[in-house]
Amino acid sequence: MSNKDAYWNKTKNHMIVTLVLWAFFSLVIFMFGSELNTMSFLGYPLAYYMTAQGSLLAFVIILFWTANKQEKIDEEHGFSEREDD
Amino acid sequence: MFKGDFIKNLPKIYGTYTGGFIVFIILMAIAEQAGVSAKNIGVMFVAFTVLIYALIGYLSRTIQVDAYYVAGRQVPTVFNGMATAADWMSGASFVALAGGVYFGGYTYMAFLVGWTGGYVLVATLMAPYLRKFGCYTVPDFIGTRYGGNLVRACAVFVLFIASFTYVTAQINATGTIASRALGIPFEAGVWVGLISILICSMLGGMRAVTWTQVAQYIVLIIAYLIPVFWISSNVGGGIFPHLMLGDEVARLGELEQQFGLVKNSAADMKAAGVPGGLKYISGTHSGVPEGGMAVWKYLSLAICMMVGTASLPHILMRYFTTPSVRAARKSVAWSLFFIFLLYSSAPMLATLSKLALMDPNLPTGIIGKSISEVQSIEWVQRWSEVKQVFIADFNGDGILQLNEWFMRGDVVVLATPEVAGLPFVISGLVFAGGMAAAMSTADGLVLAISNALSHDIYYKIIDPKADTAKRLLVARVLLVIIGAAGAYIASFRLTSILGSVAWAFDFAMSGLFFPLVLGVWWKRATRAGAIAGIVSGIASGTLYLLWVFPKFSVPIFGGVNTPFLGIDHLRFGLIGAPICLVVMVVVSLMTKEPSPAVQKMVDDTRIPTGKAILGKQH
Repeated sequence: MSNKDAYWNKTKNHMIVTLVLWAFFSLVIFMFGSELNTMSFLGYPLAYYMTAQGSLLAFVIILFWTANKQEKIDEEHGFSEREDD
Repeated sequence: MFKGDFIKNLPKIYGTYTGGFIVFIILMAIAEQAGVSAKNIGVMFVAFTVLIYALIGYLSRTIQVDAYYVAGRQVPTVFNGMATAADWMSGASFVALAGGVYFGGYTYMAFLVGWTGGYVLVATLMAPYLRKFGCYTVPDFIGTRYGGNLVRACAVFVLFIASFTYVTAQINATGTIASRALGIPFEAGVWVGLISILICSMLGGMRAVTWTQVAQYIVLIIAYLIPVFWISSNVGGGIFPHLMLGDEVARLGELEQQFGLVKNSAADMKAAGVPGGLKYISGTHSGVPEGGMAVWKYLSLAICMMVGTASLPHILMRYFTTPSVRAARKSVAWSLFFIFLLYSSAPMLATLSKLALMDPNLPTGIIGKSISEVQSIEWVQRWSEVKQVFIADFNGDGILQLNEWFMRGDVVVLATPEVAGLPFVISGLVFAGGMAAAMSTADGLVLAISNALSHDIYYKIIDPKADTAKRLLVARVLLVIIGAAGAYIASFRLTSILGSVAWAFDFAMSGLFFPLVLGVWWKRATRAGAIAGIVSGIASGTLYLLWVFPKFSVPIFGGVNTPFLGIDHLRFGLIGAPICLVVMVVVSLMTKEPSPAVQKMVDDTRIPTGKAILGKQH
């Protein structure tokens, strides 16, 4: 397998992991909204908290994490851009 | 100022700008104390900020193609994040979002998840690859990847429908705010808004729009956050509302029990003469509605908004302006961070504002008081005059019940500072913020449309030999025409701001999402597949919208149709996008696989290093 193919396989897997996390915070937890709302976080009902703030924050964190991870994959395979680009 | 190491000086330039804006706010506060009228303060806020944007637009003028289309591809990560956040957060986000949460509660907040979660799709599936490709516009990618003028034209068509739906709503919002702040009729406000938008974008294209959007982001975020924190400390919500409103949310639940959530019949509301567009609270604030259908409604709306986000050309094109692929990825993360600052505050503002009106223990509370007393409150009188609030005493007991208080959603943002006893200078600031939000989105949209028409239709299809001067002239003329057409249509006020904003997402996801994703992620996707997918997706989505939306279905189909599986007019992308996917895959597999040259192009798109597919100037 060429370096390019190996790189693309890793990138693909990374994409899938990111999208699984995304689906968890955007869709899965809201399938159980009424159950979650019986729990509380910071004094807020949990499902309310997640839709008002929690999932949004999770997306921000996912995005920084996924960008850093992808940069590592770039470096491993020598596809990292120069600093001055 | 905009030469040499301008890019290196950006933090200093915008730091000074932010300081200057804060000094301006303080000056206005002093002016208010000195007796300058509320109206004049509003006028000064809007006029001052719009003049600054116009100045930035003028200083960013350019005669270079790549500066005009992609800001010379030198916008640093964090600044592009701010510009994208301003591009993204529209008049609807700024003015109507908190109001939506106020009336819709948990169910409505599917929009919050939808309008932020989509950025994960942008970052993983689209932005870095489109940046590597080196295109000027979104149809430029489709046209080059699939090859041919027909597929390019199809992409321009979808872009046009989606962005134009969106832009009329933005110009509408600009007009509304301009008319209220300047005290002029709505129709005049629309044209004032249009002129401001054009000044910011015409001379410098993407470069000018980028630097004005950064300035607009700074204004809009200051204008949104100051009132939220201030109101919170005024009504006892604590100094950091985002983490401290648990008790308030619980209190709202108690108050809902106490006052009762009553649904008014349409006949009653008509008899009482409730003006159109005004709403009342009939659902719970933090409660989750029971049942599978309620869950599906929430999820389906979130899906449409997320997938739509990842297909909207005016957002995707912002990532064409970064210096590298890596910067494009990081820039998406920064964009969402800056968006998060506002979006996470909207529910807090809604909570505070609802509590201020509903809690009888607070001096600002009005529900449960006598109607004559409420009608003598100054802000109630002022907003009643312009038909933004309304009281209907259905049970005739002279006491204001929860279901008897009607209000337009915008009032939550525009009037809460006043209700909570903040000085007028804050309301002036809010006007400036709303104007910045609506203008920045309108700028981005008008530019996305006119760039697609000038680059993809005029230069790539009609006259490939045109020189730079001619291309840029055509681009600017189209910009003015598109803006004017948007303003002309907006002046008819066809639909509420949010209705049509959601449609733009559905149109974009129906016709563009899968052609873009598969263009990068599936080498086997062919030209015929892409054309068939775009056409069938946008056609089926549009037909469904016509069928399901009563204002269209009654004249066309002679009646009101029940939405299929709860997919109403806000969610018609759920019909268009799957059809687009299936048709595109089937037709691609039936046609010959793309040539080795095209496959190599896709391979090159997938790695960050190496030459862009399209040259620096094309």
